[in-house]
Amino acid sequence: MVLSGNDKTNVKNVFTKIGGHAEDYGTETLERMFTTYPQTKTYFPHFDLTHGSAQVKAHGKKVAGALVEAANHIDDIAGALSKLSDLHAQKLRVDPVNFKLLGHCFLVVVAIHHPTLLTPEVHASLDKFMCAVGNVLTAKYR
Amino acid sequence: MVHWSAEEKQLITSVWSKVNVEECGAEALARLLIVYPWTQRFFDNFGNLSSPTAIVGNPKVRAHGKKVLTSFGEAIKNLDNLKATYAKLSELHCEKLHVDPENFRLLGDILIIVLAAHFTKDFSPACQATWQKLVGVVAHALAYKYH
Repeated sequence: MVLSGNDKTNVKNVFTKIGGHAEDYGTETLERMFTTYPQTKTYFPHFDLTHGSAQVKAHGKKVAGALVEAANHIDDIAGALSKLSDLHAQKLRVDPVNFKLLGHCFLVVVAIHHPTLLTPEVHASLDKFMCAVGNVLTAKYR
Repeated sequence: MVHWSAEEKQLITSVWSKVNVEECGAEALARLLIVYPWTQRFFDNFGNLSSPTAIVGNPKVRAHGKKVLTSFGEAIKNLDNLKATYAKLSELHCEKLHVDPENFRLLGDILIIVLAAHFTKDFSPACQATWQKLVGVVAHALAYKYH
């Protein structure tokens, strides 16, 4: 799976439009993921996961930051997220299936806040991008 | 048997009552074929699927999308009896249509995104969770008779 020129343009455009809301969207993505897929909470036993949690907010900000970084270096996502990739492989070891769940919830959040932005073509590009990010983060697992 | 709380049933019916089945079905199926192009393998006889524009405008896609979502409506009327409701459809998808059940999950997720774009802020986390559960059990019921 390769990101075409159009995909890259679409993704960069989405993140430009998201702008300063990225952190809030990161938080909302996590909240939706925890609510919809309770098994994802098992990676956060040390967190307060109630609505409005400061820890979830801080973590949402981190996740959003990584996505923005990947979009800003979309020609070399593996390079941009190399350290995060190491972290996930060596320390966090989040099962690969969960990146799809996060990616799906992020798309839902974008759909909610920017429904007209998410045309079928942009939807496809963003879905591919989230897959690419997930692949990079799990690339060094074994 | 799946248990549905009163709140979940309410979230399902209140959303469904506002859904335009024809539009929503057409959009969901079109997006499935665009976002996951390998799903086009089941629709060789649909004519022009060569671009997102062609897919969105394709009358067979629209018609089939409406058919699929209308069937979904049947599930909603029979939440306590899904496996029986979908028994024949399940056999059909296995024996005649040869559809990998993974495709039901893909379509379910696409439907969630279409609903999210339509309902925006009203599509709360609780609403999304309930509908994810629904598309999950529908997919399961459709796969149940596979052999």
